[in-house]
Amino acid sequence: MNKFLETLNTGKVLLCDGAMGTELQKRGLPSGACPEEFNISHPEIIKEIHKDYFNAGSDIVETNTFGANRARLKLHGYEDRVKEFCLAATKIARSVCPKGKFVAGSVGPTGELLEPLGELPEEEAYRIFSEQVKALEEGGVDVIYIETMMAAEEAVIAARAAKENTSLPVVGSMTFELGKAGLRTMWGVDIKTAVEKYSEAGVDVIGANCGKGFDEMIAIIKEMRPLTKKPIIAQSNAGIPEWIHGMSVYTETPEVMAPKAEEILNAGVNIIGGCCGTDPTHIKKMREILDRFEYNHI
Amino acid sequence: MIEELLKELSTAVIDGNKDKSLEITNKLLELGLSAKEILDNGLLPGMDVVGVRFRDNIIFVPQVLISARAMKTSLAILEPLLSKSDLRGSGTIVIGTVKGDIHDIGKNIVAMMLRSSGFSVIDLGIDTKVEKFLEAIKNEQADIIGMSALLTTTMGYMKTVIERLKSEQINIKTMIGGAPISKAFADQINADGYAKNASDAVKLAKQLMGIALREE
Repeated sequence: MNKFLETLNTGKVLLCDGAMGTELQKRGLPSGACPEEFNISHPEIIKEIHKDYFNAGSDIVETNTFGANRARLKLHGYEDRVKEFCLAATKIARSVCPKGKFVAGSVGPTGELLEPLGELPEEEAYRIFSEQVKALEEGGVDVIYIETMMAAEEAVIAARAAKENTSLPVVGSMTFELGKAGLRTMWGVDIKTAVEKYSEAGVDVIGANCGKGFDEMIAIIKEMRPLTKKPIIAQSNAGIPEWIHGMSVYTETPEVMAPKAEEILNAGVNIIGGCCGTDPTHIKKMREILDRFEYNHI
Repeated sequence: MIEELLKELSTAVIDGNKDKSLEITNKLLELGLSAKEILDNGLLPGMDVVGVRFRDNIIFVPQVLISARAMKTSLAILEPLLSKSDLRGSGTIVIGTVKGDIHDIGKNIVAMMLRSSGFSVIDLGIDTKVEKFLEAIKNEQADIIGMSALLTTTMGYMKTVIERLKSEQINIKTMIGGAPISKAFADQINADGYAKNASDAVKLAKQLMGIALREE
């Protein structure tokens, strides 16, 4: 069995990393530039970010490949560099990954609309995701993370592509927001539907990422936990950004986050981490909370 | 008869039934109704309902897009028949997703809602550089510029655009929106307004134009 799943099956709660995008910005990614190209032009920066997360206590880091799919890279004219970016990103993460820790291959949405609403045919979306996950497996990731999905159809296509084209475990995550109809994605997908669709597609871990902050994440996990026996992942944003000194700064500091992260652990997640706005200081705090939590639950 | 048909047209837009929407639009034209009347009393009231339902989470992005398509199908026949003043109505808005950002679903919905409220909308698409905004503002004599961003890595570009407008002394109202955008951010970069959703964007645009808001 895959080492990642094996570890998860022991019942140990794993700590993922925090944000990549907002960290890249802090460390020099210009507004509007292609983050995935940094794997080639600034590998040392990516390496530092991964290292900082491992040093802060992460068990898993995510490759800098969220947008490394043909559809998104096209914006920058890099559509033919999917494999190159994915291999480079994985190599960087692996080079700083301690023994017994994991590298997850990040897979985000295409950014396009599927037919019949948009112009992206289902088969084309499948090919786009297949190309990315194959490259990530070739690079040597331990698990595929499909994240920030909002349309159930696209999430399922990505999950199928990962399941059918690699032998890796697959994490399927979506982004929910609280509105008048409860917790839903922008496409209207509720948590029950997300769990059903991802389960049908055969993912190994289900969860939520991004969103409006840790309070909403608590609500999401509480609603999701009774709906599945599969391990659950929660990676929240650090609140909503404010603009301070020319940078988007997120409002939930590690101290503000701490009690909320604990509540997410109590709600029964199996992997916890952060999304936009969380940094190594958040992860360090989570490590403390998680260690205490694990100690109390032995 | 005509009243009934206009109501059916609104319903076709709400349901996103483009075949029906097209059929009724043609029928109404045959009955001698003007393009402007069909737009104002059939299509637009339908889109109003869509906007409110979207805001209230009764419907979501896919349903709005389907309604938009129905409206577009009818509008394609009506547009050649509408005079420039019919289309200009509330004001002219140049809209776009800022440089580096390819996310246009929210922006498209906002553009559509604004059109449905009588604004003339010039949509510059995605990845819009400041020069492109400036050119369009000049060519179209726009009253408002609307900017959208989904990424925290691109929202800063809105500031770039607003500063450029100021340095070039271009007198135009600015409104912004997108997932990471807040009122506080809008204030900090000196935007004239921030809208949380498409429905609020219409309200904001009307406010910026000094148009009295209709009671809901």
